[in-house]
Amino acid sequence: MAVGVKVMKRPGSATSYVRATLKGMALTFRHLFQPKVTMQYPEEKSTEDWTISSRWRGTHRMLTDEQGRSKCVACGLCPQICPANCIKLVPGEDEQGNRYPLIYEIDEFRCVFCGYCQEVCPEEAIHVGVHYENSEYSRDRFVYDLERLCAQTHPVSTLWDPSDPRGE
Amino acid sequence: MTFFLVSSIAKVVVVFTAILVTVALTTLVERRICAFIQDRLGPNRVGPQGLLQPAADGLKSLLKEETLPVRADKALFLLAPAISFTPALLTFAVIPFAAPLPTRWGDVPMVVADLPVGFLYILAISSLGVYGVTLAGWSSNNKYALLGGLRASAQMISYEIAMGMSTVAVLLLAGNVTLSRVIAQQQAGGWYVLSLLLAFFIFLVSAFAETNRVPFDLPEAEGELIAGYHTEYSAMKFSMFYIAEYANMLTASALMATLFFGGWDIPFTSWDNGPPWTLAKTLATGAVFCVKTACFMFLYIWVRWTLPRFRYDQLMALGWKVLLPLALVYLTVLATAVWYLKEQLGWAYGPAFGWALFGLNAVLAGLLFWWLDRGRIVSGSVARAEGEV
Repeated sequence: MAVGVKVMKRPGSATSYVRATLKGMALTFRHLFQPKVTMQYPEEKSTEDWTISSRWRGTHRMLTDEQGRSKCVACGLCPQICPANCIKLVPGEDEQGNRYPLIYEIDEFRCVFCGYCQEVCPEEAIHVGVHYENSEYSRDRFVYDLERLCAQTHPVSTLWDPSDPRGE
Repeated sequence: MTFFLVSSIAKVVVVFTAILVTVALTTLVERRICAFIQDRLGPNRVGPQGLLQPAADGLKSLLKEETLPVRADKALFLLAPAISFTPALLTFAVIPFAAPLPTRWGDVPMVVADLPVGFLYILAISSLGVYGVTLAGWSSNNKYALLGGLRASAQMISYEIAMGMSTVAVLLLAGNVTLSRVIAQQQAGGWYVLSLLLAFFIFLVSAFAETNRVPFDLPEAEGELIAGYHTEYSAMKFSMFYIAEYANMLTASALMATLFFGGWDIPFTSWDNGPPWTLAKTLATGAVFCVKTACFMFLYIWVRWTLPRFRYDQLMALGWKVLLPLALVYLTVLATAVWYLKEQLGWAYGPAFGWALFGLNAVLAGLLFWWLDRGRIVSGSVARAEGEV
């Protein structure tokens, strides 16, 4: 004998599938003509419904001063705090005793985009960027050196502000 | 003789091309309609509105790696796609798709082969398709493929009976199995969809099952069988199953249009029904036939993206416990009605005859749907717990 299955007694309207089927067909037919939600990506990068968040943490950007030099003073806080250990910093010093980075490289493949480097930077020099299009032909191109970091033009992340958690 | 040969070859080439192009376009249309139903846009990148997508897909299929499972039965594995592909294309041969075309040498009937056994040929050839599917499942030496193949054979055999029974009603009324005669009858006395409403319903359901489309696509149920019988197939061999599926859909749609919706008959006018044939008539009727077929193709796609899949026991219960008895009872009732109208009242098939049958059908359909709508099939096939009914 087949295994007994408890079958609930339900009113006809709940067990009717002829009506349910027709209802479903009507629903899908209505959806044929409803506005579509697709964002046609390379042409459209934001729509009314969606823009990238200003808190987005993407590949880095180093800000520069008026002379075009990087704002970095090679204090060493960012490689110190970096949980992924992706920042390589070799400090140098000029004749006036100003510290500057001799080598400043970020391996974007190691980076976990936590944004700590931006948070910790006393000079507001290194930032994570609002940027997500990063294709390259080789892996080494993902190690960004200082020159490349300074040359980035995308907007920088506002990060999350604990005093304004909802970004208002 | 030469005229017959030349015209036949021309028709074969035209119909073959038309089927393959339609199949290619249907794959695109299916994806786009599916997307629209899901509030997306679907593939619209290759060519205007994605029109070249099928070409891109075809090219991809040709260039992909052909895989051959080590333990597969090589000969059958290679043969199976062809066995399912060929009957899918063959069935279209007997379907008339337009009014005859007058030429300088005589009228060309717009059907590849106007076989006297028309409909029987379709039943015969379309049942061959199951061999391709079953052999594909068996020769792959893969449990999922085998299960898919088994399901396909069981399902197609079960529903073929109901399908055959429902068409007996058509043949009963038409008194002929030649499809061009069936169309001529409908032109004279109204479409069979009215006078044979229930037969159309049974045929529609069985046709969905025969073509392995949702809600009857158990042979390739992704959730349980990966891809069913074509799990092990890749590249062009997979494409051939794919083309076969859509070609079967196309044939079934064309068949529904022919058997129940007057074939190439233009509704509400008798201008197109008889000679003298002109080119305009051929084109107009051809277009009407295409529209009717396209409507059924749309129905296929629409249903696919609406309904969930049946459980296997539900599928069998529907086929054997509902559709088959229904078709038999219906056939009896209809045969009695036709006998009464023809022999006792002496009517010939015409509008009055059609409307009388429509009345009968409407009553029967009302009863059927009232009965079906009480939770049959979907909940009924498992044994209920003790003490419950």
